[in-house]
Amino acid sequence: MSTLDSPLDSPPDSPSDSPATPAPELAAPGRRRFSMPAFLHNRRALVGLVLIAVVAAFCFLGPLLYRTDQVTVRLDLADLPPGAANPLGTDASGYDVLGRLMTGGRSSLELGLAVAVTTTVIGTLYGAVAGYLGGFVDALMMRVIDVFLAVPTIVLLLMMVSMFTPTLWGIILLLSLLSWLGAARLVRGEVLTLRTREFVQAARMMGGTGRRIVLRHLVPNAAGVVIVSGTFTVADSILTLSALSFLGLGLPPPHADWGTMLSAGLNSLYDGYWWQVYPAAGLLIVTVVAFNLVGDAVHDALDVRLDQP
Amino acid sequence: MPPLLEVSNLTTHIRTRRGVVRAVDGVSFTLEEGETLGLVGESGCGKSMTGLSVMGLLPRGGSIVGDSSVRLGGRELVGLPESDLRRVRGNEIAMVFQDPMSALDPTKTIGHQVAESVLLHRGGTRAEAADRAAEVLGLVGLPHPRERLGDYPHQLSGGLRQRVLIAMALVNEPKVLIADEPTTALDVTIQAQILDLLADLRARLRMAMILITHDMGVTAGHTDRVNVMYAGRIAESAGTGPLFRAMRHPYTQSLLASVPRLDRGPTGQLPTIPGLPPDLTDPPSGCRFAARCQYATDRCRTAEPELTGPATHRYACWHPTDGPRPAEPVDTPMDVEVVLPAQAAAVASAAVAERPVLEARDLVREFPVRGSWLPGRERRVVHALSGVSLTIGHGETLGIVGESGCGKTTLGRLLVGLDRPDSGTVTLDGTDLGRLRGRELRQRRRDLQMMFQDPFSSLDPRMRVGSILREPLQIQGLGTTSEQRERVAELLAEVGLPAHAADLYPHEFSGGQRQRVGLARALALTPKLIVADEPVSALDVSVRAQVLNLMRGLQVSHGLSYVVISHDLAVVRYLADRIGVMYLGRMVEVGSADDIHLRAAHPYTAGLLKAVPVPDPDVERAKHGAGVRGELPSPLAPPSGCRFRTRCPLAQDLCALEEPTPRLFATGHTAACHFPLQTPLPDASPALTGDPA
Repeated sequence: MSTLDSPLDSPPDSPSDSPATPAPELAAPGRRRFSMPAFLHNRRALVGLVLIAVVAAFCFLGPLLYRTDQVTVRLDLADLPPGAANPLGTDASGYDVLGRLMTGGRSSLELGLAVAVTTTVIGTLYGAVAGYLGGFVDALMMRVIDVFLAVPTIVLLLMMVSMFTPTLWGIILLLSLLSWLGAARLVRGEVLTLRTREFVQAARMMGGTGRRIVLRHLVPNAAGVVIVSGTFTVADSILTLSALSFLGLGLPPPHADWGTMLSAGLNSLYDGYWWQVYPAAGLLIVTVVAFNLVGDAVHDALDVRLDQP
Repeated sequence: MPPLLEVSNLTTHIRTRRGVVRAVDGVSFTLEEGETLGLVGESGCGKSMTGLSVMGLLPRGGSIVGDSSVRLGGRELVGLPESDLRRVRGNEIAMVFQDPMSALDPTKTIGHQVAESVLLHRGGTRAEAADRAAEVLGLVGLPHPRERLGDYPHQLSGGLRQRVLIAMALVNEPKVLIADEPTTALDVTIQAQILDLLADLRARLRMAMILITHDMGVTAGHTDRVNVMYAGRIAESAGTGPLFRAMRHPYTQSLLASVPRLDRGPTGQLPTIPGLPPDLTDPPSGCRFAARCQYATDRCRTAEPELTGPATHRYACWHPTDGPRPAEPVDTPMDVEVVLPAQAAAVASAAVAERPVLEARDLVREFPVRGSWLPGRERRVVHALSGVSLTIGHGETLGIVGESGCGKTTLGRLLVGLDRPDSGTVTLDGTDLGRLRGRELRQRRRDLQMMFQDPFSSLDPRMRVGSILREPLQIQGLGTTSEQRERVAELLAEVGLPAHAADLYPHEFSGGQRQRVGLARALALTPKLIVADEPVSALDVSVRAQVLNLMRGLQVSHGLSYVVISHDLAVVRYLADRIGVMYLGRMVEVGSADDIHLRAAHPYTAGLLKAVPVPDPDVERAKHGAGVRGELPSPLAPPSGCRFRTRCPLAQDLCALEEPTPRLFATGHTAACHFPLQTPLPDASPALTGDPA
């Protein structure tokens, strides 16, 4: 350690000036910025992750173990209560509810994740560029967002799905188009404060291009808020699809999703067919909460400021 | 009769995620009526926490433990229920906080905020409270207090806000006033005014005061007794005079020795205190200073010394020293010449003979105030820089000093090309920076680097130090990956950091270490000039000395030129060959460091120098009156003629009518003043302020 000390820091004539930076003051090398222990230390994170893993396994691996026919309508088997053949009973069309929860969850999760990823990427880049450039460009880019925001989401969705036959990817595209605005505004706000920080000026001093500053410095530092908003988007999109399905404008049969199951089940709630409502509602809530928990925890684990006492 | 305030064995613990921090550990002191007690030490030594513990205002997780006792006039405060404590706070003990911006509620008028405390403790009608508020605001020197009761905090300047905070503390005539770094956020000129105000009020109201500060100069001038704190304990306690003249604790000695002194010439190496204060979650056994102490023996590392010595001068040390450190051989002026005579001699002549590294001519920068496009409203402009010229020679250090708002940071940004002037030119080695665009400009940037003030925001928190140092090389496309890695190791060694620092993230370093990384990054491209904007003002005294030594050493070994921008005249005195004094967007005086400090020609320079507190009680006591009156006028509407005339003791009618041109006082020493303090050379009128003739 002392071999590395600058001789200028410890002149031989002054005994008090021993090594300016004794080794013990520096932490051991290799500690990660995103520390897994800190992340796992967080109970919410653990609970959220386990829940997501369970739901994902249920939807994607479940059908391999528990095969059901989700295509053929069997009115003779309609509205059966839970029993040996159908652990969670059947719905009005005679589909097995447990199996339908699995296939329905698949489209819900796929939609949520796909929308979250696309909106996060688009929103982050858009917001970072607007915030970094500032001035007139920023004003213009933000007005574009305002125009998009002025479009009522549900009305537009209803129009589109009534004009075209909805497909999963069609709805993903539409939802993505509508929900990157929030991420963009969040990132822009973050970047507006980040770009005045001295490390951004330092990068300019080195001759760094705007592209480099945005991608290397601004986006990673805004990642905390983006990831949180991303996980919320997963939850929001699943709920939006449910809302569409609930209004009867979701994916056409024989496609399934949790929202459609809920709206169908509600019709027969008064008949006492509880198994057609509560399992779907419960899974929907668990999934949404799990993603929000993980979002919060990721935010905390990425937040540098929390590391300082 | 018991002392007014008696603190004994005060111990404060704070529970955090990392464990229990023993922030204050067995602190005892007394405070007599009318006395000022200084609590000094580096950040994290427990001085603020001591003040907060006395007030019973602990942060979350904090608690006073053990047999701690705080007696105010014989009455025990520890363990008192919150409702009783509330009656004491703001009434018998009051506090003045550091940051006047965050300590005032921006949504309430200052009259309301001062009167609030009266209503809480004394009752009475709102009108009576407002009367009292106006009276106290007048007492603290707020002009026209009655008319300003309705003002909001943002309408006041920093100095006036601090006066309002003091008024809030004094409104109920407390017996004890705790001032926690009351002037740290203020300019030296305002600092001197506020400290004088506090001293005056203390005498008039017969208050006792605890002055918490890290500034040894402030301590020297404004305290009767001093407690030096280290790692949650009192290291030494003595009268101010004896402490500065005959300190017994090595920590006090090193602390004083490491302060750059305004009243001494540029010494060589500043003595530093190696290492950092101990972690208070797990304080070391034995003397807490042992790890950083040059006199430490095995006994110091195992047994903890108690406070001993006569009642008037107590210290906790096994090997007490005898007074200040003797003048070291490095104290001889111009040590740089001793280190590398040839280079230093070259420095002196190069500035004059050779073409300068950087030349700025008539820089003007104005910022329009927002909302100016509204119809019917006058377009208003902040005059940040109004025609500043300067030159910097090879290997030379130019210091820029002035109060905040004088345009020194704007000047620094223009010099390195972070901002463009509205008019005027910056020439680097004959190339006009203003004409460069795009790629050419980006490549040219390697010659100009900047060292930033805030070690927390100047490094990207998401990059490892290795990547931070490689980034400039990557951008400029210098070397292969392995060559870049080698260069990083080289840079780290140069700034005194171990090689494995490259694998760490910035938050794993202390402030001083981060400034070292910042300096290494600036050096990565082997620039010709580094502009250092307040390079050490965020650091503690002992660490500050380390960074200053490093900057100086690297300058000699790399032949760098520096522009050092600072409000701290002592720092600039230590580093700079020449100094420029700025006032409200103009360069009012330029000269060699000695010209400025010993033969200042401009009244502003003289006042600024006078306002700087010197860590010597005799010098401080001999001062009378603040150095510069009043506050900086608004740069929206600078005064006509000489901009300093509104605060100048020598101003006459001519000063308002005619703008003074720079006059020559000695080789390279110019000042723009109609009535200078020195006699100018006959019929010599240099065209530009910045020319070293």
